[in-house]
Amino acid sequence: MAIDQAALGAWLADFADQIHQGADQLTDLDREIGDGDHGSNMDRGMKAVAALDPNDFASGADYLKKVGMTLVSTVGGASGPIYGTFFLRLGAAWSSVNDAPTLGLALRAGLDGIQQRGKATTGDKTLVDALSPAVEAYDKQADQGISTALAAAAGAAEAGRDATIPMVAHKGRASYLGERSAGHQDPGATSMTMLLEAAAKHLS
Amino acid sequence: MPASECAGDDEMAGHPFKGRLMVAKRPISCKTRTMKKLINDVNDVVTDSLFGMEAAHSDLIAVDHPNKVIYRLDAPVADKVGIVSGGGSGHEPLHGGFVGYGMLDAACAGEIFTSPVPDQVYAATKLVDGGRGVLHIVKNYTGDVMNFDMAAEMAGADGIRVEAVVVDDDVAVQDSLYTAGRRGVGLTVLLEKIVGAAAEEGKDLDYIAALAKRVIANGRSMGLALSGCTVPAAGKPSFELADDEIELGIGIHGEPGRSKEKLGPASDMAEKLVRPILDDLDYRGSEVIAFVNGMGATPLIELYIMYNEVVKILEAEGIRVVRSLVGNYITSLDMAGCSVTLLRSDDEMVHLWDAPVATAGLRWGR
Repeated sequence: MAIDQAALGAWLADFADQIHQGADQLTDLDREIGDGDHGSNMDRGMKAVAALDPNDFASGADYLKKVGMTLVSTVGGASGPIYGTFFLRLGAAWSSVNDAPTLGLALRAGLDGIQQRGKATTGDKTLVDALSPAVEAYDKQADQGISTALAAAAGAAEAGRDATIPMVAHKGRASYLGERSAGHQDPGATSMTMLLEAAAKHLS
Repeated sequence: MPASECAGDDEMAGHPFKGRLMVAKRPISCKTRTMKKLINDVNDVVTDSLFGMEAAHSDLIAVDHPNKVIYRLDAPVADKVGIVSGGGSGHEPLHGGFVGYGMLDAACAGEIFTSPVPDQVYAATKLVDGGRGVLHIVKNYTGDVMNFDMAAEMAGADGIRVEAVVVDDDVAVQDSLYTAGRRGVGLTVLLEKIVGAAAEEGKDLDYIAALAKRVIANGRSMGLALSGCTVPAAGKPSFELADDEIELGIGIHGEPGRSKEKLGPASDMAEKLVRPILDDLDYRGSEVIAFVNGMGATPLIELYIMYNEVVKILEAEGIRVVRSLVGNYITSLDMAGCSVTLLRSDDEMVHLWDAPVATAGLRWGR
């Protein structure tokens, strides 16, 4: 097993911390093109996740599934089902993760789950614009090991996040603004980038 | 405009007194934007409000506080289809204020402007299932649709039959193909009243779901804002408007609308709301239930002025208003403004509209 439960716990504790510290920034971004609650909703959900002890679970898979259910039950809005589905799918794929390429398959399963649930594709100005290039960048570097591949994924997520700025939103609440949604960074892509940056720091 | 700036600043540019102590020309727009609300703690707004609602309307409803579900005192009603709705809080009286005889059996209160989570909707569905299935009334927002979907799957696994209808009456969203689709707004109030009455009369789930779809197919809405609204957790207004500006084509979450326009007389404002509705659906020769809704901070006296202008336009178009509703029924916190909803009605819809209802928000005939 390449990644133990303690490492998963450290990853998500760091993400919870990033979300908490960035909650105002996320909320401000969401106020521009949404309804101004992404920061507070994610903060509520990740506090509940951080309260879970990864060692209470029989396996990393069980822990990740519980993380998913916790997010579905506490975040609300679209972010709850979307982030929740990511972790549920990651958890479902976790038992076969034992090296860098199989972690890549699990991340892709998470991305596929998000796209099924939210029907978003790249270019719609959503968190898929951060996660999708991150998964691709990961796969290209997967033969270099988990650390290198995750660093590449985090870098691609950052670029993807920044690329949402000029985009016109086609999904979610920002889509109602049409052209007026251009010029603003997507809050979901911003939080997703935090998740991948934290992964690059703690998973290897 | 960022909150740190103020609308009056530009007027002072180059003014000889700029920078010197003087009485500001437009002091209101330059005030420090401190949130001013009657709350205890931003984190307890929904919880505290539900306790108050339960205390105020203990003859009609009870509240499952852990799940934030408002339900009819006599739920589940045996041999009646259960009607469940819900959504983000901040739209009161929608939805909790419409729980009671002849309307909803239960409403799920999400965080402010945030859809309820599947656990809540699942709990509400189980609570009101009287053995003939449950209808979910969902406003078309990405989060609401996903969370109600997940809840319907959970209830289905328990053997409860659930049908869901999605309300999408907002004509301000023009390009449905490249957006999340039209939003559910004012028509939701009329829909909940009409299908609630049908359920009370003992109609079955298939009949009620078909009726709901007929209402949705025949109703359209359009709204405007005179101000943004302040979500307690955000602490700042959702958008800023100059003193002479309106936001046209707003939803109910403080999001900006289709365009900024100049504020004009009520007659012009009514045109801006009614015309896009009439352009979207053929109302010629039909009878309508007309609904002028306040967004939360606009007084009734202005809503009646708007209603009068709406009726004038409809009369000129040969559209007959058979029933009406004017007031704050689907609000957006402290937003000022209003919306217009027109439902092309048939005899059955009018009959169900007139049927007795006993809820905190609507009450007649009982």
